[in-house]
Amino acid sequence: MIRWGWIGSGWRFTWRPVLVLAALLGAWELYVDLGGVDPLILPAPHAVASALYNDRSLLWSNFVVTAEEVVLGILLAAVAGFACAVAIHFSPTLRRAVYPLVVASQTIPIPMIAPLLVLWLGFAILPKLVVVALVSFFPIVVTTLAGLAGVERGLIKLMRTFDSTRVRTFRHVELPAALPGVLTGTKIAVVVAVIGAYLAELAGAQAGLGYLFQLSVAQILTPRAYATVVILSVFAIALFALLSLAERLVVPWAYERQGEQ
Amino acid sequence: MPAKGVTDLIVNAPSERRSPAPVRVDGVTRAFQTRRGRVVALDGMSLVARAQEIVSVVGPSGCGKTTLLELICGLQRPDAGAVDSAPAALMPQHDLLLPWLSALDNAGLALRAQGRSRAEGRAAAAPWLERFGLAGFERTRPAELSGGMRQRVSFLRTLLAGKPVLALDEPFAALDAITRLQMQGWLSHVLEREPRTVILVTHDVEEAVMLADRLVVMSPRPGRTLAEIEVELPRPRHRTDADVVALRERALEALGVPA
Repeated sequence: MIRWGWIGSGWRFTWRPVLVLAALLGAWELYVDLGGVDPLILPAPHAVASALYNDRSLLWSNFVVTAEEVVLGILLAAVAGFACAVAIHFSPTLRRAVYPLVVASQTIPIPMIAPLLVLWLGFAILPKLVVVALVSFFPIVVTTLAGLAGVERGLIKLMRTFDSTRVRTFRHVELPAALPGVLTGTKIAVVVAVIGAYLAELAGAQAGLGYLFQLSVAQILTPRAYATVVILSVFAIALFALLSLAERLVVPWAYERQGEQ
Repeated sequence: MPAKGVTDLIVNAPSERRSPAPVRVDGVTRAFQTRRGRVVALDGMSLVARAQEIVSVVGPSGCGKTTLLELICGLQRPDAGAVDSAPAALMPQHDLLLPWLSALDNAGLALRAQGRSRAEGRAAAAPWLERFGLAGFERTRPAELSGGMRQRVSFLRTLLAGKPVLALDEPFAALDAITRLQMQGWLSHVLEREPRTVILVTHDVEEAVMLADRLVVMSPRPGRTLAEIEVELPRPRHRTDADVVALRERALEALGVPA
């Protein structure tokens, strides 16, 4: 009954933001067309659209590079973040030793560490993965830990009276309970991961949308620069939507419970 | 500390229950260190449950009933006194069913906990679901089950742990009044066909009288035995039976509630 309700509640209202966006674009178009600003400095939406079309193969080949950095970096962060959260959850000693460092890792200024990583790891994909993973790691650890800690104490006790081992209780109770947290953390990570990929490419790259953006700005090809921004935004939105869909397929119970209340 | 408050101790056990007691709690004291200081949950609590006997532990909220069950289940150790119990499986107050599992897989959780396969868990649970009036709901997740159904799945999950002792922690407290009465009748019926040694913790005196072979009345915190009352009434019992009413009043009196 509720199972497919999300299609209605999730997508029915998407036309509202689209309407707002169209109004904003229209205002922008009018502003440039009526001579409010030099189109070289602020290109009109139609110029950005034609750049998207005319430079499509160039944009695509660079998009593939950045997309690979973002997706692999997030995967790396998800695996490492999940492992780290589980280790912290199981060991109070590790929690005291590692958790402050995980939090402290968030204070590392990424724009400063990125060129240093490039210096160390070269101009290929590796330093980009490290930067993307570094910014994505924290939200995944925090939300996974919250999921693990949120397991009802009574369930752990129940499992003990059923002669469960620590590992089996983890497998049957805590791991599934933590899954929604992992996915939520990954969704949060998507937004910062795209920024991380851009910063990493800024520090030194031969391809990628961030690299192309910089090149376009330097050559005053502003429509193309805007086109890269559009693609990166749409990419982030698409990843976010994909993960929302994954949540509904992998952890549907987390939604049914919300729908009930 | 001796059980100084025992005002009404009946020792004559029915002869068929003379086998060694599976649950023996003897003068147990248990205290916790909290932020607001030391809280004594139990002080000189004693209780004996004979084989296949249903013992209801009644007492006001916060009198250490849950602590008592956790001691019996081996989840805690007493600070003083002795707890001697055959293996006991817990049925928690709120059903705590796993929201991602079907009714069938929730019922078979104990087998998964014991390292058996999902198929084994399902095979063990399937015939019981039917017996418990849950046929057709095997694949339904808890969110779509009624409160009474969830509680039946929860009881089945504990039953399938295969332990001689069942520790039921206010199993129907979270249900609405009508469903609670229905579930009491249901549980009484199930235990008649599947006798187990049951420690049933409740703050509902009527529920205790309706279900139990014996009542253990507890004092407010720190909890200790105030009275033991044999309920030697035939089943099925009815709320309006004069004997049921009389026993309920006796238990309430022991709890300090005037008629």
